[in-house]
Amino acid sequence: MARPVRPRLSRSPRLSRPGVVAGFVLLALLCLPLADLAVAGHDPWAALARMGQGFLSPDFSAIEQIARAVALTVAFAVAGVALGGAAGLVLAPFYRLRPVRWLAIALRSVHELFWALLLLQVLGISVWTGVLAIALPYAGIFAKVLSEILDEADPRPGLWLGPRVDPLTRFLWARAPLAVPEMATYALYRLECGLRSSAVLGFVGLPTLGYQLDTFFRQGDYGAAGAVMAIYIALIAGVRVWMRPRLVVLWLGFAGVMLGSVTSPPMAQGALWRFLSSDIVPAPLRQGDPAALLPWLWDLATVAILPGLAATLIVAQLALVLAGAVAFAAQALIVPRVTGRVGAALGHLVLVILRSFPEYMLAYLFLQVWGPSMLPAILALGLHNGAIIGHLLGRQATGLALRPDAPRGLTLWGWELAPRLFAPFVALCLYRWEIIIRESAIMGILGIATLGFYLDDAIGELRMDRAVVILAATGLVTVGIDALSRAIRARLGAGDLQQHAARPGDVPGQASIC
Amino acid sequence: MLRLDGADLGYGGAPVLADVRLHVAPGERVALLGRSGSGKSTLLSALHGAAQARGLRVALVPQDAALVPQLSALRNVLMGRLDDHGAWRNLRTLVRPSAPDRAAALADLARVGLTPEADRAVEGLSGGQKQRVALARALHRGGELILGDEPLSAVDPRQSGALAEVLRAAFPTAILALHDVAIARAFATRVIGLRQGRFLFDLPVGDLDATRIEALYG
Repeated sequence: MARPVRPRLSRSPRLSRPGVVAGFVLLALLCLPLADLAVAGHDPWAALARMGQGFLSPDFSAIEQIARAVALTVAFAVAGVALGGAAGLVLAPFYRLRPVRWLAIALRSVHELFWALLLLQVLGISVWTGVLAIALPYAGIFAKVLSEILDEADPRPGLWLGPRVDPLTRFLWARAPLAVPEMATYALYRLECGLRSSAVLGFVGLPTLGYQLDTFFRQGDYGAAGAVMAIYIALIAGVRVWMRPRLVVLWLGFAGVMLGSVTSPPMAQGALWRFLSSDIVPAPLRQGDPAALLPWLWDLATVAILPGLAATLIVAQLALVLAGAVAFAAQALIVPRVTGRVGAALGHLVLVILRSFPEYMLAYLFLQVWGPSMLPAILALGLHNGAIIGHLLGRQATGLALRPDAPRGLTLWGWELAPRLFAPFVALCLYRWEIIIRESAIMGILGIATLGFYLDDAIGELRMDRAVVILAATGLVTVGIDALSRAIRARLGAGDLQQHAARPGDVPGQASIC
Repeated sequence: MLRLDGADLGYGGAPVLADVRLHVAPGERVALLGRSGSGKSTLLSALHGAAQARGLRVALVPQDAALVPQLSALRNVLMGRLDDHGAWRNLRTLVRPSAPDRAAALADLARVGLTPEADRAVEGLSGGQKQRVALARALHRGGELILGDEPLSAVDPRQSGALAEVLRAAFPTAILALHDVAIARAFATRVIGLRQGRFLFDLPVGDLDATRIEALYG
């Protein structure tokens, strides 16, 4: 479909791609001495060997427990995505209104895990904590993407209706039906993301796969942990087989039944009201001492936010460069003309595994090996995001029209693929930057000193007022990085990133990337 | 009924049609002839704008049909009258058309020979069938004037004559861009020949001769 050419940003100086890459690498080098990369485990290689052995010989004897965790993972994902999707659908037609847009931005700037930590305070370990932790941020994402899908729908039937038709009729007859197929595809893609989110929510105590994994690791039961991982990969890889549009009602019913079977400890009455009216009010205001507000904020900023922010940026910077390096190599790995058919198949396998696991879960695994430092987080973020970018680039490389006598192997990569894919490579890295920042903050919950660490800490001490300010700061940082990434991308020139690459799920048959 | 007085028509930059003077009287049936790119579509959209500005009820058959592929043929036909009703009534019709509405839409589908396809989604129909859905939608809308941009281009040649006859009976005034000279002769009272953004001729259909056709397409 023809789309209007976006006017180039007026007279902003253009940046060169190699220059931008060099700048990011230089910044990463400067960050290196500041990063805590110590290996804390006493014998990481033995731990790695035990883990590898567990994964290669998965132990399915605890299958009943695992099956229930799988069912609940699916149930939380289905319910959360359905609720978030419905809310997003209601918001989408009004997305151009500023309050709606801001609400959506605020909802999605807070990560699912952070939402879960907050909701745990209000609702306890309950079904609604898990469902809302997925539904709230997803509502913000759905609102944005569905509004884009609606905007892109063929305008001609709506124009045909003429000026006298009321807006609701125009929307329901000549806009919504045109957008439905793409919306359904996007919802399926979101469900895959929801499955990852749902699994990860287990790490903060909800009864999903992450919880099982954590339990087995604590017990040193690597075989059972291996079984969880194997089942998890099968679940994600097969989502297009078991989730069919015509089975939606069935799955919703299943989710309802499964979630209904979860018993949760009762929360004290009025927890929500106490949370909103008292807990999140800054302590000086609560104690009737407004003059102390500034010192309180200053203390919070210097003790928690700034150190957390610095660690978040360091982790993200190193992870971004690692992701870039992984992607740069991986883009060639899955092209048969470069690595041969067997090599490409193996490359695909590795990338699929790295893509399937959420960053958080990978980091959790690495943490078991190398102990708590920035290293597991950087590795997890770098490998996962690198695999995603590499996968997207590799697919583009496989689709390139090459001349019949083009070389093969490394020569092809060096002379044809790498130069041609350099522009989308840089654009995709910049696009993932915001996601890496967001995930770096999350890594704090694992005990790495990024923003999430201070947030978790504040929540653990039941100082919700501090937690909310840290959360807001985290959201602002992500929004800021997003804006910076956009500005850099705009100055690199248009046309380097296909519109759809930002929403990979709407390409039919494409493995999903969250 | 419709009048363009020396308008320059086009989309930004150089006009596709310059200094257009055209007056269409009620009861006239105008056929626009000319090769693709000669300005027929531009002229039609200008006429559509003029008709809307005058508050005429126009049935439009755009070249690209502008149907909603996911909805059934019947609902696409019902779209012809949405602006006669309020939002609630239209919502009800979308969920389940009332019996009289359904009967009326089915009658219009019957006029274009599509009764069996009434409840099929338009995306599953052939190009010719889609065009006939667009015609049925225009018939369902009704009005003083039909404006059509190659409304018969994709239908079976054996049907196009009969469909032109249906349109002739349904609308007192018509302006259609046509590619088939024989149909134009049978349908129109007046023919306008366009070539490279200029009016080559504008005459009663009886005066259309082979030389003029040759000049137009040659």
